[in-house]
Amino acid sequence: MKGIYLDHAATTPISKAVLDEMMPYLKGSYGNASSIHALGQTSREAIDESRERVARFLNCLPSEIVFTGSATESDNIAILGIADFFLKQGKRIHIITSKIEHPAVLNTCEVLDKRGVEVDYCNVGKDGVIDVSDIEKLIKENTVLVSIMYANNEIGTIQPIIEIGKLIQRINQTREQKICFHTDAVQAVNYLSCDVKELGVDFLTLSAHKIYGPKGVGVLYTKQGTQIEPIVYGGHQEAKLRPGTENTANIVGLGRAIEDISTHKHSTDVMEQLRDKLMDGILNEIKHSRLNGSIDHRLPNNINVSFDGAEGEALVIALDQKGIATSTGSACSSGSLDPSHVLLALGLSHVQAHGSLRMTLGRQTTEKDIDKVLDVLTKIVKKLRTISGYKKSLASERSE
Amino acid sequence: MTKYYSKKIMEHFMNPKNLGKLNNADGIGTTENLRCGDAMKIYIKVEKGKIKGIKFETLGCGHAIAISDMICELAKGKKIDEAKQIKFETVVKEAGEVPKPKLHCVSLAEVALQSAIKDYEEKRKS
Repeated sequence: MKGIYLDHAATTPISKAVLDEMMPYLKGSYGNASSIHALGQTSREAIDESRERVARFLNCLPSEIVFTGSATESDNIAILGIADFFLKQGKRIHIITSKIEHPAVLNTCEVLDKRGVEVDYCNVGKDGVIDVSDIEKLIKENTVLVSIMYANNEIGTIQPIIEIGKLIQRINQTREQKICFHTDAVQAVNYLSCDVKELGVDFLTLSAHKIYGPKGVGVLYTKQGTQIEPIVYGGHQEAKLRPGTENTANIVGLGRAIEDISTHKHSTDVMEQLRDKLMDGILNEIKHSRLNGSIDHRLPNNINVSFDGAEGEALVIALDQKGIATSTGSACSSGSLDPSHVLLALGLSHVQAHGSLRMTLGRQTTEKDIDKVLDVLTKIVKKLRTISGYKKSLASERSE
Repeated sequence: MTKYYSKKIMEHFMNPKNLGKLNNADGIGTTENLRCGDAMKIYIKVEKGKIKGIKFETLGCGHAIAISDMICELAKGKKIDEAKQIKFETVVKEAGEVPKPKLHCVSLAEVALQSAIKDYEEKRKS
């Protein structure tokens, strides 16, 4: 049985074109890019070419691209590195982030919080979108960094990055202590413009494995002239911000993956239509289901729904038995019994948040897949509601 | 099969034998953990001091559902005094392998069963 993969926000399959370009550097061309002999310089050239491809995509200078080991690492380098720059001078600093950030940002900010840095976690509306004026209210004299994700990984809501960028640029004009703006764009890269000049960001994080590239490689765009300290020390690689021998094959794969995004832009409309078909199908056919997060400011591939009387992890496991891969904001496998911090930030109750299911479409998703998923999901929700005794209470509710 | 869900847990989750409500139950035990979102209800029917009928309704993950079914299997046909001995350890032993984050499901099932027995005994007294 061919499976249906609806978990593209977790990771994407590596595309053939990407793999083909990577292979020479996994097989024969193993040179260290820092070596001056021909074998080394072949790797250096490949890395430089990839750097140029990424720079074109982000509309920045190649020298502003730092290759890292993952998006998590990029987020850490940006947040800890900026904080360190000021902490080393003994300054008391303030950072603003949001309540719905990825753990790579949220937990890093919490570490700084414990070290005595002032951190404010901006609220989001019920629709999972930040109000720019809320960011403005939080800005203080000693604010040095605002880190807000471009699009949320769980509910796919798109944040007003351009507006926040403009706000910060306006405020910075009359400020001695400039504010840096970082965005984690991992989920947005496939679908939204990542022109750093348009966005007005100083730092931007992206990852290869969410864009049909390999795992284990990310990027941190670092605007020229920004003040940042390394958090790892070693050689001269990646402007000393990410020392260590470059993973040539992965970096090449990332370059190809990012270049291929524009050639797949046309498929985004189709994807959105399929997403809408599945979403409307669920909301119309399965009673007592609701969409989590804004419909208007949302990635075209994301659905996040909650069902009364059915628990998320049970849904995921039951769907998996039918060959359908999905995700949930419930899973106590993550260690904590608490459900997703993102869903709680929207104002959902614990029980509602535990009933959530995330489905994220990808390039391979077909209409046939969508029809099958809707059919199987309807049956599974019905079955889990029977198990939870929910069906009967629904019936009694109707007769009242 | 996922590593996280053992074969035995999967079987009880996908095909629970003791699912549903018991009309005219002699004892009902309800328990919930709002943090993890799980809620369990166990119904028992007692005849001649033995659990003749037992059913459950559970809102929760695959483990919560499977373990509810398992504890019903363990209690079915047992004398009340024997059923009182079905505790956390008994269920963990029966399940074979329960991942650490899922042990709270076992605690919930234990409380649901023991509350149902207590409910039965209190109703009998009055």
